[in-house]
Amino acid sequence: MQRFIVVRCFYAVLVLFAVSIIVFVLARASGNPIDTMLPLDATPEQQQVFMELWGLDKSYPEQYFDFLVNAFRGDFGNSVKWADRTAMGLVIERFPLTLKLGAVAIGISVLLAVPIGVLSAVKKDTIFDLNGKVFALLGQATPPFWLGIMLIWIFAVELDFFPTGGDEGISWIILPAITLGWFQVAALMRLVRSAMLEVLETEYVTLARVKGIREWKVVWKHCLRNASIPPLTLFGILAAQVMTGAIVTETVFSLPGTGNLAIEAIRGRDYPVIQAVVVLFAVIYIGMNLAVDILYAYLDPRIRYDRA
Amino acid sequence: MEVSLPTPAQAGPQAGRVSRFVREVRRYPLIPITILIVVLIIPAIFAPWIAPYHPIDDGGLPNRLKPPVWAEGGTWDHVLGTDKQGRDILSRIIHGAKYVLMVSLSVIFVSGIIGVSLGLIAGYFGGWIDNLIMRGVDVFLAIPAILLALALVTSRGPSFGVVIFVICFILWSRYARQVRGEVLTIKNQDFVARARVVGASHFRVIVRHILPNVFNTIIVLATLQVGFVILLEAILSFLGAGIPRPTPAWGLLVSEGRELVISGKGWQLSLFPGVAIVLVVLSFNLLGDWLRDRLDPKQRNL
Amino acid sequence: MTARNESAMSEPQQDVPNPNLSRREMGVGDVILQVRGLRTWFYTRAGIVKAVDGIDFDLRQGETLGIVGESGCGKSMTARSLLRLVPRPAGRIVSGQILLEGEDLVTKSEEEMRQVRGKRISMILQDPQTSLNPLYTIGNQLREALGQAHRGNSKSMVRRAIDALRSVNVAAPERRLHDYPHQMSGGMKQRVVGAIAISCEPSVIIADEPTTALDVTIQLQYLRLLKEIQENTGLAIIFITHDFGVVARMCDRVAVMYAGRIVEQGPVRELFNNPSHPYTEALMASVPKLEERVEWLYSIEGQPPLLRDLPPGCRFAPRCPEAREQCLAEYPSSHRLSPEHTAHCWRLDTSWQ
Repeated sequence: MQRFIVVRCFYAVLVLFAVSIIVFVLARASGNPIDTMLPLDATPEQQQVFMELWGLDKSYPEQYFDFLVNAFRGDFGNSVKWADRTAMGLVIERFPLTLKLGAVAIGISVLLAVPIGVLSAVKKDTIFDLNGKVFALLGQATPPFWLGIMLIWIFAVELDFFPTGGDEGISWIILPAITLGWFQVAALMRLVRSAMLEVLETEYVTLARVKGIREWKVVWKHCLRNASIPPLTLFGILAAQVMTGAIVTETVFSLPGTGNLAIEAIRGRDYPVIQAVVVLFAVIYIGMNLAVDILYAYLDPRIRYDRA
Repeated sequence: MEVSLPTPAQAGPQAGRVSRFVREVRRYPLIPITILIVVLIIPAIFAPWIAPYHPIDDGGLPNRLKPPVWAEGGTWDHVLGTDKQGRDILSRIIHGAKYVLMVSLSVIFVSGIIGVSLGLIAGYFGGWIDNLIMRGVDVFLAIPAILLALALVTSRGPSFGVVIFVICFILWSRYARQVRGEVLTIKNQDFVARARVVGASHFRVIVRHILPNVFNTIIVLATLQVGFVILLEAILSFLGAGIPRPTPAWGLLVSEGRELVISGKGWQLSLFPGVAIVLVVLSFNLLGDWLRDRLDPKQRNL
Repeated sequence: MTARNESAMSEPQQDVPNPNLSRREMGVGDVILQVRGLRTWFYTRAGIVKAVDGIDFDLRQGETLGIVGESGCGKSMTARSLLRLVPRPAGRIVSGQILLEGEDLVTKSEEEMRQVRGKRISMILQDPQTSLNPLYTIGNQLREALGQAHRGNSKSMVRRAIDALRSVNVAAPERRLHDYPHQMSGGMKQRVVGAIAISCEPSVIIADEPTTALDVTIQLQYLRLLKEIQENTGLAIIFITHDFGVVARMCDRVAVMYAGRIVEQGPVRELFNNPSHPYTEALMASVPKLEERVEWLYSIEGQPPLLRDLPPGCRFAPRCPEAREQCLAEYPSSHRLSPEHTAHCWRLDTSWQ
């Protein structure tokens, strides 16, 4: 178990390291910052001062090393657009909203997908299962931003149930969270259903029935835990989708979260902020995957013991 | 001893012509194919001839923000209504089909070649090569691709190439993973060993013996990915990182409508392009499901 | 429990149980399970699959009834039907009675059936590798079975679980309780499955090919263990297998199944000495005998019929070397060869020359 976790952590660090290289290369490859940050009529002296200020006069390996050391401390330099703020500070300030949104969205998708997926498997080939299938197909075919706009149109404009944007009170989060979670529900549901179907046919489920255990206990104790392992592997990807989905959702609903900040930063060519957001998202994604691996080991004693 | 036993064919119900036709039709996914032809293929090829108006030229002030024909104030001149510059929405959707088709075909092709090659190499050679490629997959998955796209667009400007590059950036790893898994099981089979024994090179073994065996998987995966590609392209267009304006890409059309929908002035602007996206993506997914059941039943539970 | 034990204890202890001897000595008791006209059909898109199509048999206390047949002849579905665990919604018991100590199980509610499963009829499944849930400890899964029957505190439950493991000869049962299935060998797992089956002291156990997945030496151990448990508790066993060798070793009576029906049944010795259905003969001929030099192994020509497309007459007729027109036309009625030995075959009819 310990060894398993250590190996996974090592991989996580390795991936993070590679991400940092890509972020660094992209920042350099996407054009010389001088062109975008300095006025066109800047003198060579001004350019020189600027280069030294940003460490651009050093060699690329040196620049990368500086970048890595600073990035490790969470220091990506000051924002270009909001010059008196650090990039990380801005990101952190906007992050709670995105986190709340993501958490509610994942919560909604799990609460919907797991029961529907389980029931679809238990009631395979019935009307319920068919409805679930249609629901999943529609879910996977709907562009989230369009869904968001349509939800605003129906519920906020025509019916006036919810505000069209902003982050006051509680009701603001409902439409964005549905928009963000919608796509995930379908994928998760299909996976839960197929995993459940596989488990329902195993001998140990028959044995549980032979023992005379109540059917709901057979389903929820003996099947769901076994069936939850394949969908769990999806959770890392789910987190990534929610993260990128947040960019879209926050744009649709004009929410001042990290995603919106990223869009603003990109429009303003605010590279430090972009880097900070990318690294933050990557860290979350990698962290989620690590958590999933560990949870996996907790759920499945075969991993817990065999690799101990 | 001669005895006539009932054969299954005789025992089965005598099917009438109509029910046989129905059964035959149900064997093929006719509905998704029809939708794809009507909504995507025909508009993509024949847009200049079938679209009633020019997709980009201004329609003139009096034609601004017309609702669709069945709503109050709508006319048959503009079946799905007009946008704030008086352009016919139906015409813009018809012209947009071409971009959907172009993007999805090129992305599937490019990312397919890259992903399949890397997957074949990783699965066939194994060891550190496999490890390297699969860790590469992890790295690519960890980078938020939409942010990458936006960053590229701001420095390079929006273009067709950026869209293709970014979606391939996300997609290749899916092919690589799936193909690698398949190759791992295939390469241990006898015919591969036999080919090696008679002196075939690695390249020959991969191309002649392994690739044909993963071909079905690739076809199925590619079909199932088209829907995802279209959605991604739409998202990029929506965020302004897709194919540059004023092309009527469907995601862009939805995005242009956003302000007007929220202010309650023109819901038709976002609704119809979105419906087109849903129909096309849905059809591709149904087609992919059908192909998978047909060609690659072992993936059925995915 | 006590009455059963006494009758079992009074028997002379034998090292290797020989069923052919012990049957009469053990004093096989009253009939506890009667199956009458049981039909379990599956309604599929391709047609009705008659997995079990009208079978009758009795089971007495303390005896072992073998059900033999090729795979796909309806043996396992018979077993599932007795516990009313037919896969739904396709499968259904369409008619017949299952009388357990006089109570009809077919008409019981699902809730009443739960009181029967595990407590009065239990089952050992085919594959020990997959019969235990990999995510829970042995102790957890044993207690679960016990918990259905006894409301005890956790301490007494643990003691009972340990007793159950000890009764199937698991060494150091206290420590085994905390093990996960993947930490045990196949034979050990099958013992645990056996412990789960007997833990609530049922009066009938259905063993569905319990040894096919085990290797030969462990098979033998396991069969001996089952026999031992039977002698100690007096329970009745329905033993499902495709192996006539195992039948000879284990069973008192045997029923031969073919395409959803019992074609011949009777005491093991009578059946071996006087097999009266061509299918029984063919099955016996396909068992390799140790004392003979085997030149070639007999195998039955052809395939069993599709259960959704059954011939109108005798179901074995298409493969039977002796079949005549009448065999294909009409299903043969039951012929009694001795008080307990019956067979369905036209050869036994007076019209056959």
